[in-house]
Amino acid sequence: MNYITEHPKLSQFAVLLAVFFLLYFNINPADGIFWRLPSLLTDLPRIVNDSVDFLMFEWWPIEIYDPEIEEYEETALLKEITRSFSRSILFCIELIREILLGGVKTIVAFTDWDFVEENEWARLPAMPWTVVAAGGILIGYALKGKGLALLVAFATIYISSFGQWEPAMETLSFVLIAAPISFILGLLLGVFAYKNRTTEAILMPLLNVAQTMPHFSYLVPVMVFFGIGDHAGAIATIIFATPPMIRLTLLGLKKVSPEVLDAGMMSGCRNFQLLYKVLIPTARRDILIGVNQVIMQCLAMAVIASFIGAKGLGFNLLLALNQLRIGQALELGICIVLIAVVLDKLSLAWANKQTDYFADLPFMQRHKYSLFFGVIFITGIVLAYIGSFIFKDGINYLYLIPHNKGITTENFWQAGVDWIWDTFFFSLKAFNESLIQDVLMPMKAAYLAMPVVATFALVMGVGYIIGGIRSALIVGALLLYIALTDWWDRALITAYMTTFGVIVSVIIGITVGSLCAQNSLATKVILLVCDTFQTFPSFIYLIPVIMLFGVTDTSVLIAVIVYATIPATRYTVEGLGSVPPSLQDAGSMSGVSRLQRWVKIELPLAFPHIMLGINQTVVFALFMVIIGAMIGTDDLGQYILKALSDKQGTGNGLLLGLCVAFIGLAVDHLINTWAKKRKEDLGIA
Amino acid sequence: MPSKVSSDKKKNAVIKCDSVYKIFGDNAKKMLQKSNGNVDAKEFQDAGCVVGVNSASFEVYEGEMLVVMGLSGSGKSTLLRCISRLTDTTAGNIYIDGKDLLALSDKELINLRRNKMGMVFQSFALLPHKTVLENIAFPLQVKGNSTKDSMNRALEMAKLVGLDGRENYFPRQLSGGQQQRVGIARSLAVEPDIWFLDEPFSALDPLIRKEMQDEFLRLQGVLNKTILFVTHDFDEALRLADRIAIMKDGIIEQIDTPANIVLNPATEYVAKFTREVPREKVLNCESVMDEIGDLADSDMSQLRVSKDAIIETVCEAVLSEQKPVAVVDKNDKVVGALHCSKVIHMLFGTK
Repeated sequence: MNYITEHPKLSQFAVLLAVFFLLYFNINPADGIFWRLPSLLTDLPRIVNDSVDFLMFEWWPIEIYDPEIEEYEETALLKEITRSFSRSILFCIELIREILLGGVKTIVAFTDWDFVEENEWARLPAMPWTVVAAGGILIGYALKGKGLALLVAFATIYISSFGQWEPAMETLSFVLIAAPISFILGLLLGVFAYKNRTTEAILMPLLNVAQTMPHFSYLVPVMVFFGIGDHAGAIATIIFATPPMIRLTLLGLKKVSPEVLDAGMMSGCRNFQLLYKVLIPTARRDILIGVNQVIMQCLAMAVIASFIGAKGLGFNLLLALNQLRIGQALELGICIVLIAVVLDKLSLAWANKQTDYFADLPFMQRHKYSLFFGVIFITGIVLAYIGSFIFKDGINYLYLIPHNKGITTENFWQAGVDWIWDTFFFSLKAFNESLIQDVLMPMKAAYLAMPVVATFALVMGVGYIIGGIRSALIVGALLLYIALTDWWDRALITAYMTTFGVIVSVIIGITVGSLCAQNSLATKVILLVCDTFQTFPSFIYLIPVIMLFGVTDTSVLIAVIVYATIPATRYTVEGLGSVPPSLQDAGSMSGVSRLQRWVKIELPLAFPHIMLGINQTVVFALFMVIIGAMIGTDDLGQYILKALSDKQGTGNGLLLGLCVAFIGLAVDHLINTWAKKRKEDLGIA
Repeated sequence: MPSKVSSDKKKNAVIKCDSVYKIFGDNAKKMLQKSNGNVDAKEFQDAGCVVGVNSASFEVYEGEMLVVMGLSGSGKSTLLRCISRLTDTTAGNIYIDGKDLLALSDKELINLRRNKMGMVFQSFALLPHKTVLENIAFPLQVKGNSTKDSMNRALEMAKLVGLDGRENYFPRQLSGGQQQRVGIARSLAVEPDIWFLDEPFSALDPLIRKEMQDEFLRLQGVLNKTILFVTHDFDEALRLADRIAIMKDGIIEQIDTPANIVLNPATEYVAKFTREVPREKVLNCESVMDEIGDLADSDMSQLRVSKDAIIETVCEAVLSEQKPVAVVDKNDKVVGALHCSKVIHMLFGTK
């Protein structure tokens, strides 16, 4: 009895579990509404579709002059707006792309196709790859020094020698448009939310949903509004990359100490100066993390955007994955990672660049980098010209290495995969089968056999115990939406895969994190590993697992586990590292053993932070499960993927996306509320 | 020695506060109007308002250093923020050089801050992304001065506060004392007439604090600014101030010279601070001496002490004399007599 009064929460949980199992075993499919809620929202996708169609094609008709038929034509306002928007984005992308690779579209934009066809000279020539590479190296050197220059050199030479120059430049041209736009948009909205509380209140829930929506579900509406092509890919990327930027800008600005703000005011800053010279630079740390996030999201989207027509590495990677050409996929994956790392380091170095005020330099010195680039430019062109004499039979390696004409390690990797298959075929297969038959199938069945009432009781009960009636209602409402759609069973499958992934990730993450936190060197190493892995776009993780396990649920789950273990590990290490040293000392002086220290001091204090890591793990796992649809699952993700190829898929895509987002948000709400309360109780908030 | 404003010089009020109120809360203005100027902190608190400054009226004269002393929550920083207009004053008037501060437009306010005011902050408030030099030059660049001019001026300032050689360091690479030197240099870069210091040395170690106080006195000796200095450290106030204003719960309990505060604490609260103060370290001869009255020259010893001399420094000499010691002013004119008994009473008598 004492135990119950001392641990009220624990007994509440016990009661809750008892209720849950009672409901679970006593309600069966015959019980109608207690088993599954009626899908009242079946019509919702159609309604969404119709309203989008109306907005796009009928709302606010205007007269537009069409030069081809030389007459005024009636069209919808929104359609014209999105069209001109698409056109300008596409023009920017094409411009950069043609500077890098050559082409005629930029000139076409100012004249017309006939003109270009008649005049052969009317095309932008491609810059020789040597010039682009050397230019990149020079920028790296100018911004940070030798180290960065070497990195850029490695990346560019790798990309060109593996024959991925063209797709890489295509990807780059689209990232160079999407990333700055996302950055500026995110910064502006972040600042706006900081200045205006109402904006913040409106923006916050939108950001929450936007950040938990799976990538795929953005694609359908973007396709409807903006069509297909590089611009649509860029727009989808912008929509996806802006929310973290907004959030981090706001976070950074809020952390600026009020005294620094006062100091700015007392220095006589005008409003704009205060923002531009004091607030934003002081919040630089978080804003730079935002920039990093933007670049990562852009490259993560490189693959996904290829679904709606973005060209480049992502498209090729998708093809390679579909054809199970593991070696090529790996090479492409490395290209994407390299571009991501280089862009990230360059932007970081640029932001940290210092000016020297007393360098009273002559013209040559002041413009040495521009002059040097001029030299590179001319040398590169001369080299390319010489190259045209050396390589007579078609391919001028000093000008442009065409796609797939470089060296390749594909055969090596393929041989490796074959070897693994030959050697470990039976053990891999046995592992795969036993996992699927003994663990995954029963687990999936158990989830699907859960009556809707039991699910609600469990989730709302947990909400009530953690955060009172308010939390219970919030998670209940989020769940209710999913239960009323057609996709409750799919959501249960998503939930089962996520749960499995999260449990394994958390076990691995906490174990590895705790072990590494014992030693400062190991801590550094593991954080570096986490950083590196986080740079990889989520798609990359699918490559090696398909290599080992083929197209099965196991592959998806292993990719989920690898991907989701990163935050679990990182937050464990950080949480354990932030336990105050005075408490550690107090423990030592009380004579605790290593294990006791971990169990009694470190873990309880670090646990709220670790829980936030688990929260991230859930979000990461959810994303990966959805992306796993690419290699064949039967959960929500698969339906979203289907919506992509459906003309009327907008409603389905968006509403399915909301289902995934709501699962994420419910977990997020529960964990955050708990962690906040726990931190307050421990006095470390 | 802090420079004293001589009474014969015409006093020119640079800052003038006239029954200034600052009350935090949604219906502060209404409550204040209803109370007709008689603010009772408790009553306001019940209504959800917090009284920051309660009817503050005083003047700061040109070249004078007024130290506002009070414990945390006494409203001293709020008062400073009202005068620098970092917060809006709820009621009352503030005049800077005779101009109504609260009536200034935003543009005029920015001009005032760019040219007349400098401020030093407790936690330094340096811009983390700028070097020492860039931080010092910041107010000048904001003002629109050319980069070359502002950098040269910043170099000068860095030298003045003893930071030469560290111009290109970042704030995070400096110790607390050095960071505050940057803060001081920045606040002085525009050559302000009025200098606000908000607990500038509170975040520093005791030894560094002492060093910075000396440095501060040295600077003030050179620059002779009008200063409003906020601190919670009574010893610091005594050490630096021309006059001290002691605040409690938003009310200025007493405003006077350090000597007068120590000798005649106005309220029980002020007395609590003065009780433990070693008087010989605070009082000067002028505040202990008697009128000459009918004392003849022959009744006095040959020793002469300056009226500004701190008792501690002359005490041994004075006590070894048999006769009262003459106290002289700057022009060597005898203005009073110091009796041994008076000195002994001051040193050992019941306080």
